[in-house]
Amino acid sequence: MTSPVLFETLLRLADDHLILGHRLSEWCGHAPMLEEDLAMPNIALDLIGQSRALYAYAAEVEGKGQSEDDLAFLRLEKDYHNILMVERPNGDFGHTMLRQFLFSSFMALFWDRAQNSTDETLAGIAGKAIKESLYHIRHSAEWVIRLGDGTDESHNRMVAANTALAPYIGELFETDDVTNTAIASGIIPRASDLRSAWETQVQTVFEQATLTPTLDHLAQTGGRIGEHTEDMGFLLAQLQFMQRTYPNMTW
Amino acid sequence: MVETMSQEQAAWNAAAAVLDPEVPAVTVADLGILRSVTLTDDRKVTAKVTPTYSGCPAVLAIELAIETALLDAGFEPKIERVLSPAWTTDWITDEGREKLRVYGIAPPVKASNSVRALFGGTVVACPRCASTTTTRISEFGSTACKALYKCDDCHEPFDYFKCI
Repeated sequence: MTSPVLFETLLRLADDHLILGHRLSEWCGHAPMLEEDLAMPNIALDLIGQSRALYAYAAEVEGKGQSEDDLAFLRLEKDYHNILMVERPNGDFGHTMLRQFLFSSFMALFWDRAQNSTDETLAGIAGKAIKESLYHIRHSAEWVIRLGDGTDESHNRMVAANTALAPYIGELFETDDVTNTAIASGIIPRASDLRSAWETQVQTVFEQATLTPTLDHLAQTGGRIGEHTEDMGFLLAQLQFMQRTYPNMTW
Repeated sequence: MVETMSQEQAAWNAAAAVLDPEVPAVTVADLGILRSVTLTDDRKVTAKVTPTYSGCPAVLAIELAIETALLDAGFEPKIERVLSPAWTTDWITDEGREKLRVYGIAPPVKASNSVRALFGGTVVACPRCASTTTTRISEFGSTACKALYKCDDCHEPFDYFKCI
């Protein structure tokens, strides 16, 4: 395993988790009820915590003296390699829960396999993250079912959320030279191997939610090479504001 | 040899007495987040600490508190954060579980490692009246490690230390 591949692998995972964590944190103070106002920042905290562990390790692997904060706050937009799904705006509450369910369902399968990674540190991070993801799935799945199988209004909103998110599913399973090298070295599982288990889980929940999943939509890609949607720049402006305005500030 | 053992024991005792900043009823040893304290050389000790949740904001405060406690006890501490094996609520000692209950937090249901415990119907007993007729209000509570419940018999709301 050459370290640039390991670094890029860690960075992608970290970026997915930081950006989704940031999106979820935008709900703080705006959730439809108090319990959700606790739940979403809690899930955000888990995701950002996972990204911290990944950034810290990535910085160590890179060996250029960068800190986890440098990686999280001081890169340019094109240097973030997260999937597009996590940077898309939150939409309504149903959209946020469906996105969480789709993402966490994938990550739980990913972390489960990554516990056997040939990279011991990543295996350790996976061992913690898997348990947290299971809570995220349970919480978001309950909402997907409740809203999908709810009123006409909530059902229609979930159908709309599904339509909006469908183009971003394919990127979860994307492979390129980096993933192929990392898979060959046993660092990460092959995402396409997880697809049928992921689809089964999604189908089961969608069925209870009286929704029909769109699993074969043409995939929007580009996140992994830094080609983002317009919303990413606005997200980063908020995320990086403090460090850009007051460089090197600490709490 | 005897001297080494007792020094290591003294270091452990100092570190183990540190209280959790968010649940000050229990110590880091009760929670099982202080994994080990090893004497490496004369007064030098290495304390291994594991976080409960990846994003637990108390981790740094806990590490600093353990470092301070060891310094105060005359040691030169080094704190090492270990992620693997991942912390589980099963590591909370019986004494720790009882302290949580007395404090008003329902201790985690045992055998938390299985997916069954995460997805099955969990029966949580009220820490005040011991009734098992309780309802979950929210999966996520005031800290990452807790959920909100209410007792349907004595009507008290309470925190539940969730299984992980």
